[in-house]
Order: sequence, then structure tokens, then C-alpha cells
Amino acid sequence: MGTLVVDAVISGILTGGVYALMAAGLTLIFGVMDIINVAQGILVVLGAYLSYTLSVHLGVDLFLGLVVTVPAMFVVGVFIQWAFIRRLGERERTAMSILATYAVAIIIEGVLGLVFGVDYVQLNAWYVNQSIHLFSFYLPYIYVFGFVLAVCLLAALYVMLYRTRFGRSVRASLQDRSAARLVGIDVDRVAAVTFGIGVAVTAAGGMVFGATNSFNPNTGYDLISRLLTIVILGGLGSIGGALGAAVVMLVIEDVVAVVWSPIWAPFVFFAMLVVVLSVRPSGLFGQVAGRAQ
Amino acid sequence: MLVALAIFPLVFTNPTVTTIAVFTLLFMASATAWNGFAGYSGYIALGHAAFFGTGAYVLAIVAQRLDVPGGSLMFALVPLAGLGAAVVAVPFGLVALRTRRHTFVVITIAVFFIFQLLAFNLSITEGSSGIQVASPNWAASTYNNPYYYVALGIVVFATVISWGLRRSVLGLQLLAIRDDEDRARGLGVPVGRAKLIAFVISAVPVGMCGAVYAYFLGQIFPQFAFNPLFDLSVALMSLFGGIGTLAGPLLGALLLESLQQYFTIQFSNGDLYLVIYGALFLAVLLWLPRGILPTLGDLIRRLPKSGARGNFANAAVTTPSGNPEDGDPRAGPLAIAGRGVVGSRREH
Repeated sequence: MGTLVVDAVISGILTGGVYALMAAGLTLIFGVMDIINVAQGILVVLGAYLSYTLSVHLGVDLFLGLVVTVPAMFVVGVFIQWAFIRRLGERERTAMSILATYAVAIIIEGVLGLVFGVDYVQLNAWYVNQSIHLFSFYLPYIYVFGFVLAVCLLAALYVMLYRTRFGRSVRASLQDRSAARLVGIDVDRVAAVTFGIGVAVTAAGGMVFGATNSFNPNTGYDLISRLLTIVILGGLGSIGGALGAAVVMLVIEDVVAVVWSPIWAPFVFFAMLVVVLSVRPSGLFGQVAGRAQ
Repeated sequence: MLVALAIFPLVFTNPTVTTIAVFTLLFMASATAWNGFAGYSGYIALGHAAFFGTGAYVLAIVAQRLDVPGGSLMFALVPLAGLGAAVVAVPFGLVALRTRRHTFVVITIAVFFIFQLLAFNLSITEGSSGIQVASPNWAASTYNNPYYYVALGIVVFATVISWGLRRSVLGLQLLAIRDDEDRARGLGVPVGRAKLIAFVISAVPVGMCGAVYAYFLGQIFPQFAFNPLFDLSVALMSLFGGIGTLAGPLLGALLLESLQQYFTIQFSNGDLYLVIYGALFLAVLLWLPRGILPTLGDLIRRLPKSGARGNFANAAVTTPSGNPEDGDPRAGPLAIAGRGVVGSRREH
């Protein structure tokens, strides 16, 4: 039992890193634009299907394929922001954005269903099938590679946010949109690029997700409810909070699956959200309670 | 309108048409109930499918345990299903309503998924194999009619609640919360209690609809009872017709649900339908964010201004007792609802 729990903690941390990457995109978008992108879940699935198409039909390696899929998802994100989000009125903007991105999500789900059907598929490569011997158990290489990829991308995100001029304008927009506009930041451009980046990470997240889980067009619902739970627990708009919450939640889920039952692990996941919010309505790491609603 | 709805199944006896009509009525009632909470208070709840599913399972499980035979007796369980939904709504509301606006929306989605998971995994719901509900042995030609009239009864029930809410102190409190919750609290509105009561009330008709739905289909599965598209549908219907108005959700549901059922029968392609549905939803959000009725209300309000002036000019020439309200062709329920909307909108 003891070693099983250790295994669960390790795999929880490794999967948590990938969820952190997907959640970081979601929380970044919220922080800059007050937009909750409910389509993030299905975009991850779309990213997974893009990798699937490249690897099955063109034989491109999954990690190499990211060179194509990440920019493609960036363009998808900028398009969604340009075509739909930009046009929403200021009144009840957040609530409207949830409905609008939900609509985008079901359009994408429908298109994926038309193109790929409802059969479950999974990404395949040598590192998905071969396992690494770690302590007492075997773990497919993809978990380790995916974790490394997620850490690299999160580090890149960090450098972009805290070491570049563009990152400074993003953080300024995070703090106060009108003030950022006053000091000469093109907030609309920042919003478009941020949305693009927030969606682009789903290409990488989707690839790792698709290699570690089988998926079909309906998988987006499960994903988005987890991602939303993570960003709310982490405190909306807080990237560090999203990272912490992702790792904590995935470790808890994996440990529960081992010590109790895999069926009830997702239940504990959502129940955690309810319990935490009953005690702390602003989330585990949140300091956004005072934010203008 | 009510008369037209009452004689509808006597005029259109085609079972396909009456089946569409039953679903449409269920959504008219659900959208109206949802709007009674979300439309008035401004809290977009995306978890009412939890009440729909609860109602469906209350009917299915109670009928199964008590061996209720298929027939009119089954409808006696419908109020019980409404009660079950209300009982479930109390803890749901207590947790979710601690949070504001967008966090609230996300919480309702998360709690909804907890319910769906429970339905899949608890032994009492028999998981994904679902529960059968005994079917009545009514004549095929008029088989749908009892369902139709019970559904119509729920529509009337939901509309009366919504109408009563609007006229009550509670309704005013909800509108105050929608406009500015902090100020409402400062002015002494018991915001927490008002939101919770409205939330629980709005769950009742939705649960009853779920029960009729389960009985009508004759079997119930977790993914259909707890369907995320249901949440989206009631929100879209209310937005389409005019969120926060009395007749808006009725109109929105009437148009959208009948269209949806027609599409499903015509194309029987769920994925194509998803695309069309999503596109329609986006179109409404972007170009008609206030819904049909408020937009129409504005148009109607602009018309009478010129019309009244004309009447006044005529009256001055002919008789001093000329009343512009006399023989007003706009005095239908639509115009009244429209005026109500315009009136409440002016408060902003």
C-alpha cells in the first residue's frame, strides 16, 4: 500500500504539471480579459486530434508535430477572440463570455464529431508504449516527457511574462485595464495575443493528454470541469495558484484512486472545490476577492 | 395563448407533432423557472440540469420501489419530484451562492458534474444501464395527450410563479441584486436569503419537468437526465426571448425547442445539430444580446409615440374625449410584456 501511494503521488505530480500548463492558459486569459474560456477543454481535445491527424496520416512524431500544432492553435485562439469575444458588450461581460465560449465549444465538438466520429482514439509512439522503471513501478516515458515539456513551456511563459516588454504590458493589463490603456498600452492587441497564447498551450497539453488518455469529441466536458476547478481553487487570474492547485488536485485524485476507488476519484476532485469554497470563497491561493465584479 | 395551447393536441393529432409539443412545453416551463432565478437576479446558473435529473430519478426510483403501475397514477409522483429537486437545491444553493458572478457560474457547472458522476456511480441509480419506467397502456392515437396536459400544467405553474415573483417584494429584491448587489445589501436587502429562496423555487418546476420527461421516455440514463446541453438550452432560450422578462423564456423555448426537435427528426445527425445550435447561440449573443421581446418592446415603444401624437392631433380637431389608449391595437400580452421590459430597463 505504501509504495502504491508513493507511485500515485509521483504520477499525480507528473500529470499535474500538464494540467497546470492547460490551466495556466485559462487563468491567463481570465486575468487579462475577465473572460472565462469554457472552450478550453474542447480546444485541448482539438489539439489532441491535430496531433493524431499528423501522426497517423503523415507519420510526424508527436513532439515534432507541436511545431505545427502550437502555432495553429495560436491562430485559432486569436480568431476566436477577434470574431466573437471582441464583439461582446461590456455589460455582464464575464457571464456573456462563458455563454459565448460555451457556444464555440459545442460548435467545435460538433465539427470534431462530423470529422472523426465518436470512437475513442489514443495517440501512439514508442514513448507511449515503453515504460521507465522507477522505484517499484513502471511508468510510460510519455509521463516524464510530458512533464518536462510542460515545465519548459511554463518556464517560457514565465520568462515572457516577467522578462519581456510585452509581458510587462500583459501584467499591467492584468492589474488594471483602464490604467494600462492610459499609459499607452494597446490593450486590445495584448488581449488578442494573450488569448492566442492561452489557447496555444492547449496544443501541447492536448498532445500529452491524448497520449496518456483515450479521447473522443465528448472528452472536452470532463476536461473543462477539471480545469475550471483548478483555476477557481488557485484563485482566478493567479498563474502560480493554478500551478499549485493543479499539482495538489491531481495528486489527491491519484491517491484517492489507489486508497479508495478509481470510480470515486473524480467525485473527490469536485467535492474538494465545494469544501474549499465553503471555507474560502476566493480559492486556495486567491487574492482576487476584492476584484471589481 | 393558453386556449390555443389547450386545444392544440385536439387539432394536431399526429403523434410526431404532439411529441415535439410535449418536449417544447417541458422546455418552456424549465426556461421560465430558470429565468425566475437567473433572469431576475442576474446570476447565470448553469447547473439546473442537476434539478432536471434529480426530478427524473425521483420519479423513476420511487415508481420502481413502490411498483407504481404505468398510468395516470404515475403523474402523482410529479409534485414529489419537484419537492426532491427543491430539497437538493438547498445545499447546492448554500454552497454556490456564497460566491459571486463568474465564480458562481463555474461552481454551478462543477456541482452539476458531481450530480452526473453520482448518477453514473451510485447503486440506487443503476449507473449507465439506466432505469426503466413502466409505460401506460393508453391508445396510440392519443397516447401523448396526458403528457401534454401535465406539461402544460407545469408551464402554467412556472409562469404563475414567475409572474408572482415579479410582483412580490422578493422579485424587487432580486432585481436590486441584479443591478447592484453591494448597494442592495447596504440598503438592507437580505441578499443571501433572497437569492437562496429564488434558487430553490426555480428548482421545483425544473424537477417536475424532469419527472415528466423520464415518464414520457419510459427509461432514464445518467447522460440524458444530467445533460450539460440542458443548462445551455434554458439559458439560450431565455436570452433569445428576452432574459428577465416574463414571456421571453416562453417565446424563446417555443421557437427554439420546436425547431430543435424538427431538426433532430429531419436530419437525425447530432453533430450537425451541435454546430447549428452553437452558431445560432453565438448569433443571438452577438446581434440580439437583449433578446426578441426587449428589442420588439423598443420598436413598439417608438411606434406609439408617433401614433399617440397623431391621435392627439385628431382628437383636438374632432372630440376632446379622444383617448389614445382606446382601441389600442398593441394592447396584447406581447406589448404589455414589452412595456414591462422597457420600464425595468430604464432603471439602469
